[in-house]
Amino acid sequence: MPAIEILGLEKTYMVGFWRKRPKRALQPLHLSVEEGEIFGFLGPNGAGKTTTLKMLMGLVFPTAGTARILGHEWTDPEVKAQIGFLPEQPYFYDYLTAHELLDYYGQLSGLPGKDRKRRVDEVLQRVGLTDVKGVQLRKFSKGMLQRAGIAQAILHNPKLVFFDEPMSGLDPLGRREVRDLMEQLKQEGKTVFFSTHILSDAEALCDRVAIINKGELRGVGAVEDLTSTVQGKVEVVWQGTQIPASMKALGADCHVTGDTVRAVLPENQQDAAIDALRRERIRLIAITPLRTSLEAYFVEKLQHSETTAGKMA
Amino acid sequence: MSMNTRIINIASNTFREAVRDRVLYNLIAFALLLTGAAIFVGQISIDIERLVVVNLGLTAVSLFGVIIAIFIGIGLVSKEIEKRTLYTVLSRPVRRWEFIVGKFFGLAGTLVVNTFFMAIGVFGALLYVAHKFTRPDALILVALYFIILEFLIICSLALLFSSFSSPLLSAVFAFSLFVIGSFADDLRGFAGLTHGFMRWVATGAAYLVPNFSTLNVISAVAHQHSLGGQLILQNTLYALFYTAMALSGAVLIFERRNLK
Repeated sequence: MPAIEILGLEKTYMVGFWRKRPKRALQPLHLSVEEGEIFGFLGPNGAGKTTTLKMLMGLVFPTAGTARILGHEWTDPEVKAQIGFLPEQPYFYDYLTAHELLDYYGQLSGLPGKDRKRRVDEVLQRVGLTDVKGVQLRKFSKGMLQRAGIAQAILHNPKLVFFDEPMSGLDPLGRREVRDLMEQLKQEGKTVFFSTHILSDAEALCDRVAIINKGELRGVGAVEDLTSTVQGKVEVVWQGTQIPASMKALGADCHVTGDTVRAVLPENQQDAAIDALRRERIRLIAITPLRTSLEAYFVEKLQHSETTAGKMA
Repeated sequence: MSMNTRIINIASNTFREAVRDRVLYNLIAFALLLTGAAIFVGQISIDIERLVVVNLGLTAVSLFGVIIAIFIGIGLVSKEIEKRTLYTVLSRPVRRWEFIVGKFFGLAGTLVVNTFFMAIGVFGALLYVAHKFTRPDALILVALYFIILEFLIICSLALLFSSFSSPLLSAVFAFSLFVIGSFADDLRGFAGLTHGFMRWVATGAAYLVPNFSTLNVISAVAHQHSLGGQLILQNTLYALFYTAMALSGAVLIFERRNLK
């Protein structure tokens, strides 16, 4: 059973003050997310990611279409006891302390008293806020608020977690911690659906991704599949800063980084390159086929959609 | 978890917000006003100390409460949408109507607690100027009860406006209705003097606005006029009905609202 089934959800807003005109925020969207996977919902700003998430959370009503979450109608309030949600740039009741906030959300999620106290302490520890649990949120930094947001999303041990731009506002260490947390959630058997425009995060974390632009789904698939296109080139990495002349003759594009050299050359020159390095007694570190990065795939999909839109116009 | 528990949780949090935002600090201003008035009246007036203290005290209770009800009420929903605190509440098993009702009870609870402390102040000032309580003083409790009914109506109206318009417009609407409603009896009298289509419009408007004049018994209590049990029953039913209608309107609008 898929964790999320989006069946043609679409959204059109009426904009303008006097003369209302329709503005389509999301074309009919069909998407399925399997249980236990980390699914990345990628797109540039204004692509329709947050609108989709808000519709799934029941915050915005779709113009048409339906969805199923964990096998139930997505409008069923009881389904919400099994899902967690972190909004983009979350803002919480700043007169509450982190502990009070989580206790309140625990109450609303239906956690019984004893269990709630234990869970609140657990998640505070998990997101590293135990030391400041008695501090009012108005004194929190952006990164600390993001941690509090993640804590409230996983507080009630949901089966499915929605994160809207979870890395937003975090420093590199904080981003790393969130990535680790998402991987832990996956290991615990939970499904993670997160939107982002930071492609390196998606590439490192996701089992599958969907790319959306201007409210329209542009591509969906496993990260490995999307990035498996071999470009007929290999990347050769060796130790040192020396670039043999024979390597250049093979048409290698070489870059020195620290005490290693990376060279990209045609696949059919691979053996010749190895021989050249052996002759110079240079230590070979790695040879890997050059694959399309998720970023390249993403840019291609976006450019394709721009071209299509241009032709239609 | 039952819906009642969720409503209580939301109401408790709304009350906590009011307390932490120092709403109850208005009690200090109220206490200063009443203490000053009691000392002043005690020094200059002859036999009208009670009248002045009851009139001034109850009017202040009403005005302070109305201001709190309007200025907190108008932000109850719009502030949560604007600050997006609502997202993490409604993404839980909380129905939208439970949120509205919880918010209402939270604000109403804040006003009841506020009124309780103000009532102590009024009775304290009365004891200071009159040196003893008399039987008609019990009518002050009835006036306070009617003031609380007035707050319930204003809270629900502020919530209704807050569910679809900006805080500024909501404040204008709620305050206008409070002023018009305070002259509802006059409006009904005017409707009776008109004819034809105008009579329909005036009568409709007169009965649509909340009738705060029937809830205002401050002058009668100050003059120690008796209040019938029928009035108490009528006002109770009227206030509960009007509040329920306004809250239902707020729920109906909020249930359909996109939280962009």
